[in-house]
Amino acid sequence: MNRSAIDLWVGIFVALGLGAILFLALKVGNLLTLDRAPGYRLEARFDNIGGLKLRAPVKAAGVVVGRVEGVRLDSQTYEAVTTLRIEREYQFTKDTIASINTSGVLGEVYVGLDAGGDPAMLKDGDRIAKTQSAMVLEKLIGQFLFDKAQESKPLQSGGTSVGGGAPQGVKK
Amino acid sequence: MSIDAAQGPSYWLRRLGGAVTGGVARVGYATRFLGAVLWHTPHAFRRIHLTLREIYFSGVLSLVIILMSGMFVGMVLSLQGYETLKRYGSDEQLGILVALALVRELAPVIAGLLFASRAGSAITAEIGLMKATEQLAAMEMMAVDPLARVVAPRFWGGVISMPLLAALFSAFGIFGGYLVGVRLIGIDEGAFWGQMQAGVDFWPDVTDGIIKSFVFGAAVSLIAVFEGYDSKPTAEGVSTATTRTVVISSLAILALDFVMTAFMFRGAA
Amino acid sequence: MNPHGSDAATLGGRAGSDTAAVELVDLSFAYDVRPVLEGITMTIPRGKIVAIMGGSGCGKTTILRLIGGALKPKSGSVRVDGQSVPDLGPEALYHLRRRCGMLFQFGALFTDMSVFENIAFPMREHTDLPEELIRDLVLMKLHAVGLRGAAQLMPSELSGGMARRVALARAIALDPMLVMYDEPFAGLDPISLGVIGQLIRRLNDALGITSVVVTHDVYESLKIVDYLYFVSEGRIVAGGTAAEVRQSMMPFVRQFVDGQPDGPVPFHYPAPPYREELFARVD
Repeated sequence: MNRSAIDLWVGIFVALGLGAILFLALKVGNLLTLDRAPGYRLEARFDNIGGLKLRAPVKAAGVVVGRVEGVRLDSQTYEAVTTLRIEREYQFTKDTIASINTSGVLGEVYVGLDAGGDPAMLKDGDRIAKTQSAMVLEKLIGQFLFDKAQESKPLQSGGTSVGGGAPQGVKK
Repeated sequence: MSIDAAQGPSYWLRRLGGAVTGGVARVGYATRFLGAVLWHTPHAFRRIHLTLREIYFSGVLSLVIILMSGMFVGMVLSLQGYETLKRYGSDEQLGILVALALVRELAPVIAGLLFASRAGSAITAEIGLMKATEQLAAMEMMAVDPLARVVAPRFWGGVISMPLLAALFSAFGIFGGYLVGVRLIGIDEGAFWGQMQAGVDFWPDVTDGIIKSFVFGAAVSLIAVFEGYDSKPTAEGVSTATTRTVVISSLAILALDFVMTAFMFRGAA
Repeated sequence: MNPHGSDAATLGGRAGSDTAAVELVDLSFAYDVRPVLEGITMTIPRGKIVAIMGGSGCGKTTILRLIGGALKPKSGSVRVDGQSVPDLGPEALYHLRRRCGMLFQFGALFTDMSVFENIAFPMREHTDLPEELIRDLVLMKLHAVGLRGAAQLMPSELSGGMARRVALARAIALDPMLVMYDEPFAGLDPISLGVIGQLIRRLNDALGITSVVVTHDVYESLKIVDYLYFVSEGRIVAGGTAAEVRQSMMPFVRQFVDGQPDGPVPFHYPAPPYREELFARVD
């Protein structure tokens, strides 16, 4: 095997290898597709974000309009504060509701946006007023069992029913 | 005929102790060897052609087995994964399943094991034979350091080849998964690639896989050159050394994989 | 002939040179606890061919390794060209080795390179000579051993004798001052034996080098060497010129030269008495 043949093959090999890495980075992974479209930020606060992770999609009507850019806990109010990055071409009304959903049983967790009828639009840095937290399975089950127990018990006098019917409330 | 009275339990304990201390001493020796090999790294790159030649023998000549194995593994993953995902109505996640399994784990590990058996054993045999036929001694007498001329290029040839091979394994595996998932089974092509792109992050998924393959490459290459250099200069010695290379490299890959995976994916949900 | 060959002054005086090329004084070496060499004293005068003879495993090759600095002695001194080899630092040892050539048993050619590349190897590693000059030098060395036409062959394509000759050409590639031969005659056909022997003699005289030949081939050695040392069980037992050896009446030398199965080197490996072992009771 002479030198130039070896050099040629090694060159081909290295080129193929780097090409494979590039393929993995761009086509398989999402190296360049993230954060490339110009966007603006919105803030949304939840009682519970469930399994929402960084870079989870933000969807409206099932269409991906952005990504979750940041997640942190507000240590005063103990709410989860999420930063959503929305593509500039999509504008949402001021009364948009942000909710945390799961696609399918094993599916990924994403933020769903439901626009309302308010003529004013959300701007960069605005906070989404209405949010619906994730449904945590254990709480749902607990709630269900509790409600069932309440039904079969005779009503106590002067009692306020603790823990109403609706799951974790719609936040103002 | 007298019976060896030392065959009682104390004898076996002594042998066990001897084996353990011998093993530990060997690890120490191997570490110093690594130090010596790294010391001669500049030589391996100044005489770049030596290293290029080794990349050819370790990397290029492993391409066939790596690409074919990658493709088959990807195809099997797709088949198996589909069955399970379908049960939960998540069959469109097949793309992510195949891609993540390959990129994070299967590609570095399987490519590493294949590399150890194909290229690692070849390196050990080559160096061992050179030792047995006194070629290494001849080099020393000609005032050429065999560590610089023979060992270091082979080490770096392996370290450079491994990540490239692992990436190619992943790429071909994903292609195989695509062939089975989209072409054969009929999953939506857009969902396959789209979900994959959404679910696979360059950092940390792809980069962790690359880091793993670098580490495996270094481990296998070191073990291969060490066993060859340290082999007994007989036919048996060389054959023992090649066996050791494959066995110890494989165990090292699996052990390192566990350690690295525990660190890397600890935080991911 | 001096029975112990340790009369270094006699041999050195006979050669008439000042500093000997190689001088070993009371050299001892052991692998861990097993002693290999004891009290070895020998002088190798410049420009001469000296043979170190002995049965297999008596430590002959170890002497070469000690001269080349691959091993360090337990005690005693090894001097090459006046320098004490075990005390040399890596730099100095490197320079010394450049001036020595070694022919290994069976050649030890680099199997992944052609004949040409094998001989060019020391030139490329140690000199900055341009490729055209190296090419000429390689061809000259090959011509000296009669293998110029084989320059492009690979070592696996060579016969034993040819491989040995190529290794010889490689050993003299840098025109060394000292060449060591480890069993150069081992396993060769009669013609190749004659060729190698003649080459060793002619190159030694033509290039003015000093040669140390480790071998057990008495017949070929007596044809070409100047002096011989006999080693048995790690010690020098005899030494002298070729003529002296041929006429020597010492039992060890006679057994060696005549090839007698039994003598000072016994035929039987140490064992309990024959009768006893045959009639021993097996428990």
